[in-house]
Amino acid sequence: MGLKIIVLAKQVPDTRNVGKDAMKADGTVNRAALPAIFNPEDLNALEQALRLKDQIPGTTVTLLTMGPVRAAEILREGLFRGADDGILLTDRAFAGSDTLATSYALSCAIRKIGKFDLIFAGRQAIDGDTAQVGPQVAEKLGIPQITYAEDVLFVKDGAIRVKRRLERGVEIVEGKLPILVTVNGSAPACRPRNARLLMKYKHATTISERAEKSEDYMALINEKPYLNIKEWSVNDIECDREQLGLSGSPTKVKKIENIVFQVKEAKRLTDSDSDINQLMKELIENHTIG
Amino acid sequence: MNNIIVFCEIEDGKVQDVSLELLTKGRKLANELNCKLEALAIGYKLEGIEKQIFPYGVDTLYVVDDAALEHYLTLPYTSITVKLFEEQKPQIALMGATTVGRDLGPRVSSALHSGLTADCTELEIGSHTETKTNKTYDKLLYQIRPAFGGNIIATIINPDCRPQMATVREGVMKKEIVDPNYKGQIVKLEAKKYVNDTDFAVRIIERQMEKSKVNIKNASIIVAGGYGVGSKENFQLLFELAEVLGAEVGASRAAVDAGFAEHDRQIGQTGVTVRPKLYIACGISGQIQHIAGMQESSMIISINSDPYAPINKIADYVITGNVEDVIPKMIKYYKQNTK
Repeated sequence: MGLKIIVLAKQVPDTRNVGKDAMKADGTVNRAALPAIFNPEDLNALEQALRLKDQIPGTTVTLLTMGPVRAAEILREGLFRGADDGILLTDRAFAGSDTLATSYALSCAIRKIGKFDLIFAGRQAIDGDTAQVGPQVAEKLGIPQITYAEDVLFVKDGAIRVKRRLERGVEIVEGKLPILVTVNGSAPACRPRNARLLMKYKHATTISERAEKSEDYMALINEKPYLNIKEWSVNDIECDREQLGLSGSPTKVKKIENIVFQVKEAKRLTDSDSDINQLMKELIENHTIG
Repeated sequence: MNNIIVFCEIEDGKVQDVSLELLTKGRKLANELNCKLEALAIGYKLEGIEKQIFPYGVDTLYVVDDAALEHYLTLPYTSITVKLFEEQKPQIALMGATTVGRDLGPRVSSALHSGLTADCTELEIGSHTETKTNKTYDKLLYQIRPAFGGNIIATIINPDCRPQMATVREGVMKKEIVDPNYKGQIVKLEAKKYVNDTDFAVRIIERQMEKSKVNIKNASIIVAGGYGVGSKENFQLLFELAEVLGAEVGASRAAVDAGFAEHDRQIGQTGVTVRPKLYIACGISGQIQHIAGMQESSMIISINSDPYAPINKIADYVITGNVEDVIPKMIKYYKQNTK
């Protein structure tokens, strides 16, 4: 019997080079202004799912993301690497969600997907670094969780055995399915795109992406339904709208500041023997060292 | 009711530093809010655990002592925490931003629909006025944390939901005993009343924990290397200097990512926060996320071939030169001029 696996993924702004202009006045992120990538640890999570698909015949992997229309990019990326299908949850009603409102929306979408055995997610996303959405989704679905997974040792007889990477060592745990597992960056990297899948899914799109496409393209979608990436709005899931977006978010951003450090006037030295000897002499004399 | 509660992490009968640091912060916040400081200890063979906890000014300690709870497990620990919070209705709940706290915190916050802010670097009390409704909230917890890879600092509040939950990394707050004889009250809770059998859905097969060999948090002198050190071999020079000075070796995230140093030596927002009396930064350019973890060092020496490295702005001494040239000279002088 194959497993039904869901992988949670997020398209994130590349946080290595961002400034204050990337934030809106209300303190939320202006994602449109930043280069967007597949959250790195979500790729580690996808790899764990694909490995189980390789091992257990009949296993399917569904990639689920919440975000703007352009987030379909990571779903295509997942299809190129071996996922069976992708779902984009997108609606203005989700805008401004904190981790709790996000988890609620995702859990409603997962309920709509139906029965599943396993949910994989990256440990955390590089834009927020909170590591909260995985456990919160598990709680909303009423299933157990295993966080900080580095390797799935096996799935057998309705249970999963996982190696966890903790601060001071490793822990091997076993949990009953269905369960949610968050995967560390120290887990094996995701496989690259597969050339055959790249050809197959090159033209896969969501309905929003197709809005401006030609009639020929629409005919192609009718002929090859797997090229349709599912797009769900708030109307496609059963949910309490009060729990979505800003109204469903207990945390509010009060203030955003750029980081300013206290600048000192440094004493400038060269790497000459005399400069360094003088410095060391001072440090010994004032008991900073020695 | 409406007190501050700290979840205490316990490993081998020892309350972890991160929890004691949170108790210290919690005591100060409790004084400001004029409420009690409480603590929750879950584990096995916890007799006498209060001796480690009360000196930090804890008024009430809830203890759940049961063989099945010896090691952290998500669901049983969540059940206890959630039920206790429902009974006691704390206004603030603090946990370490550890693999335990970051597993437990989100689960509890989801169950209680209360806001949680991860990895706070500062916690303060302040007020807030909602611009739309003009409603004013007094004495909220300001949860201050870096965001966006450390490029900005955000202040987060939870105006309406309780408890206001936050996690904080080890080393960010200071640990300080209030009174070694502080009198608190122990409240023992029966595990069976809080945990269901179905909570044991995940079981531990094996645990291999090592004592941390590195102690950069408490080192008074730190020799830290960045990507500019160039190689693992060059890092050996830092170890030599540390050896003669009685210092510990630290590293920037870039140096750890490049494999020059182990992960537990990482200093910065995603590593450890340090406050040594002397910090020698070798080949560290000084990204914001690194500076945030060492800026409170009493004295900073930067050794860098780039005279315009950002870290030089916060340094007391800047040596412009190569690490390979400068460090041997420091070692030589020190050996010749001390006993």
